[in-house]
Amino acid sequence: MSTAVIVFPASNCDRDAAVALEKVTGKPPRMVWHKDTSIPDDVRFVVVPGGFSYGDYLRSGAIAANSPVIRDLKDKSEAGLPVLGICNGFQILTEAGMLPGALMRNANQKFVCRISRLRLANAKTRFTSQYDAKHEIDVPVAHHDGNYFADDETLRRIEGGGQVVFRYSENPNGSRNDIAGIVNASGNVLGMMPHPERAVDTVHGGTDGITLFKSIVGSL
Amino acid sequence: MIARVYVGLKPGVLDPQGRTIAASLNDLGFDEVQDVTQGKIIELKLASGERDTVEARVKEMCERLLANTVIESYRIELDEEEE
Repeated sequence: MSTAVIVFPASNCDRDAAVALEKVTGKPPRMVWHKDTSIPDDVRFVVVPGGFSYGDYLRSGAIAANSPVIRDLKDKSEAGLPVLGICNGFQILTEAGMLPGALMRNANQKFVCRISRLRLANAKTRFTSQYDAKHEIDVPVAHHDGNYFADDETLRRIEGGGQVVFRYSENPNGSRNDIAGIVNASGNVLGMMPHPERAVDTVHGGTDGITLFKSIVGSL
Repeated sequence: MIARVYVGLKPGVLDPQGRTIAASLNDLGFDEVQDVTQGKIIELKLASGERDTVEARVKEMCERLLANTVIESYRIELDEEEE
């Protein structure tokens, strides 16, 4: 089974994502360059990785969201292809309109880089089904623009629809409702600021992220 | 023609950079500063055209790329004289 990682200029977590995917699927993912106009048809799961695509020019993720490959990704995700956007990947997916809301500058203005403890707000998604819902997980965050914002109506809708998947135990960035990760209404697109691919090996200091990859790959 | 697009956060959206600027101005002794909002100016040099058409096109640019209307609002100024 094929998976893919999309690579933009200044992506910097693409290889970490590739290592995590290979660990779970036993096969290296396809690395898809941002100028490619389509994602290969045999790909069953796509990771949009972290980094600083296009130098964060204009707004984090704004330029990447309009790249040819994201247009194809959007079409395929609407047809059901599962997508995980991590950090800059989450910013790209909101900018592309694939997830509601926006990621703003951290409320305290500081770049945060630390292990964050997350609560599972929804353990029934395709991305979280193998987690023990009662347990909290430790996953690193590293971002400057991770302050999740959505207007009141959108917030009510995503909270009511079980679209909030992860919440910070200690909010590091001012996100509304402590939101760390959300899925779209169909449940096949997850965006999150914390980095599960940086918690898949004991040398990372923790392996709580691997269950996310196992859950989604197991659902394919 | 020159189009100037002013992009800023919508009212009600927390502006951490504006707050930091306000605090810094207060520290410098400008006690009259009560609040600061900040944003950006994007200046576009455009092929000349009919004003309404140009404005509609620039509006579309704002909606599709220049502003994120989830958090930002924008204002367009057209300057036909300036080259």
